[in-house]
Amino acid sequence: MDTKTIQKQLETQTKTERLTGSEAIVRCLLAEGIKTLYGYPGGAIMPLYDELYKYQDKIHHVLTRHEQGATHAAQGYARISGEVGVAIATSGPGATNLITGIADAQIDSTPLVCITGQVASHLLGSDAFQETDIVGISTPVTKWNHQITKASEIPEVMAKAFYIAKSGRPGPVLIDITKDAQFEEFDFSYQKCTAVRSYKAVPEVDETSLNAAADLINSAKKPLVVWGQGVILGKAEAEFKAFIEKAGIPSAWTIMGVSAIPTEHPLNVGMVGMHGNYAPNKLTNECDVLIAIGMRFDDRVTGNLATYAKQAKVIHFEIDPAEVDKNVKTDVAVLGDAKVNLAKILPLIQQKEHSIWRRAFDDLYAIEYEKVIKNDLHPTKEGLTMGEVLKEINKQSNGEAAIVSDVGQHQMVACRYANFKQTKSNITSGGLGTMGFGLPAAIGAKMAAPEREVVCICGDGGYQMTIQELGTIFQQKTAVKIVVLNNDFLGMVRQWQQLFFDKRYASTEMTNPDFVAIAKGYHLNARRVVKREDLAEAVQEMMESKEAYFLEVCVEKEDNVFPMIPTGASVSDIRLA
Amino acid sequence: MEQESKLFTVSVYTENNIGLLNRISAIFQRRHINIESINSSVSEIENVSKWTIVVYLAEAQMKKIIGQIEKQVEVIKAYYHTEEEIIYQESCIFKMKSDLLFDERQIQNIIKDSNARIVTVNKQFFVIEKSGRKEEIELLYRELSVFGIMQFTRSGRIAVSKEEMKISKLLAVFQ
Repeated sequence: MDTKTIQKQLETQTKTERLTGSEAIVRCLLAEGIKTLYGYPGGAIMPLYDELYKYQDKIHHVLTRHEQGATHAAQGYARISGEVGVAIATSGPGATNLITGIADAQIDSTPLVCITGQVASHLLGSDAFQETDIVGISTPVTKWNHQITKASEIPEVMAKAFYIAKSGRPGPVLIDITKDAQFEEFDFSYQKCTAVRSYKAVPEVDETSLNAAADLINSAKKPLVVWGQGVILGKAEAEFKAFIEKAGIPSAWTIMGVSAIPTEHPLNVGMVGMHGNYAPNKLTNECDVLIAIGMRFDDRVTGNLATYAKQAKVIHFEIDPAEVDKNVKTDVAVLGDAKVNLAKILPLIQQKEHSIWRRAFDDLYAIEYEKVIKNDLHPTKEGLTMGEVLKEINKQSNGEAAIVSDVGQHQMVACRYANFKQTKSNITSGGLGTMGFGLPAAIGAKMAAPEREVVCICGDGGYQMTIQELGTIFQQKTAVKIVVLNNDFLGMVRQWQQLFFDKRYASTEMTNPDFVAIAKGYHLNARRVVKREDLAEAVQEMMESKEAYFLEVCVEKEDNVFPMIPTGASVSDIRLA
Repeated sequence: MEQESKLFTVSVYTENNIGLLNRISAIFQRRHINIESINSSVSEIENVSKWTIVVYLAEAQMKKIIGQIEKQVEVIKAYYHTEEEIIYQESCIFKMKSDLLFDERQIQNIIKDSNARIVTVNKQFFVIEKSGRKEEIELLYRELSVFGIMQFTRSGRIAVSKEEMKISKLLAVFQ
């Protein structure tokens, strides 16, 4: 490898040892503090699995039921812990099955190291059995990737992989290792990587932009903060809270940013975007200074860019220079680490209340409550709503649970109504919208934080995309709580068909199996709720269970998620019905 | 407001690693942008490659793409230039029948007037090389095509900027 890196000499790792490539990989993982990894064996990765067998008292390999499940579990692990998740697969189909999870990690900035076996180096390019160009295939969806054909490359490449995955804006890295490199012996020593010359993880602090941002914030009459996952990834929750509290700025979150401050915080004004809250969406187009922190102005957040916050000066706190001006033109870009920059700007900020401006949010919340929230949480109709299930989970978990959601209507409901008290509590597929993410991600989350209650909220569609991971839950005795909100539809697509395709429900109605029987087939505690009067007790039984628990709640079939900003509409044209 | 598309020359300094061509070309492919020409070579800095990419697009999009290129781990620095900001050349070679050299005397004048040169002559064919701007090469092509060209190949653009590209100091910490 020609890339120049700086590696830190570790005192404990300076002597060299004669090892095989595969044992070296395990030693690299241990040196990086990895205790749990997810994967699926196969021909080209067998030497590594043989070493994992020998090291099983030091490193826990979790056999998932599909390689996609391994990546999502590693993502769940990474998202709740802030550490790097690791997934392993064999060559060919094993490797290609990782791609969805890798793409998800790329767009949601999740630190992941994926290790794939590859056919022996002399077979590369020969269309050998289970050969696929996984480096080529994964290039557009990885932060970095590399193929190893010689064992001697392993320590430097692995060190670089972990450094790149977790530094700066995190992301997935894929390392492809030929089978002969896994067998080959070499003199092993490991040094952690601390810099790569062609890669600047974090831009330098720029005092000028900090001062300019502070001036804009101090002179603002109607400031609005929109924060994203950058606050969580940057471990900047305390600095963020101090900043908004001193400046008195109402603050809204993207789906990836929620839980960075508690739901009940008085400055938390809810979610922005397509199914976000009424007030922050409406008032995006009335604020005079929009302060974006660790978010990337996704189209699901902004709606029509031509009518997005045109009246406002825009300040963008961002670690990735490529995000600045990508979607929304910025007046002041504050590049760098959110934790550092928010701490630095705090003394420059004047204490403010903005009480009149904040009342505007309360007024619009009252409208949303009347038109939407009341009916979701306290329905008077017969059918169960997704919202009341979330309300019950909030109540019985006391807001302490980590909520892992899949993708669709239930995801929007979960993010809107879940009550969070601590950070890193919302694990969902935001950018890629990967159905099937929820169940395996919940496994990883529970393993990384066994002391926490982990509740997986799925729809009946996404649940069946990775339902086989019930096998992993059973084998590993992972005490996740699984809730399927079953409406016998691919609900979000059906909603769009109702609203924009004259109710032509093309391929969205689902004839579902007996989910409780399936869960019981995996020897899980399982229960189905169809009536409102049984809900509270069923949720209580689930939350009190010390083991994994499956709860199916049959909800109203054709409920819609509102508010909603139709595609291409302005954030201020948000609909309440 | 949609900006007008124009020709930009992109200079990218990178590590010399396998797979980087894929990574950089994917940035253009993903946005449905055709690469007019691409060239990779050693640069003025030891072990650092320099890519010269010519693309036709709007400046706002060019800026965003530079950001995406620089974001790649193995890219050290990327710049974009307008036509006025660079000195550039392309190279081409023509293979033609040797008989023409004797039967069509004006070919010798064309070669001389266009500052091209004959690289090799044998019994069957001779080879002309010409470096210059695209228009000069196209003119020579038109002039020679009437006599019949056996083979023709033109290189991608290579370019240097008039202004300094401040890259060496970025690398100083690693030397």
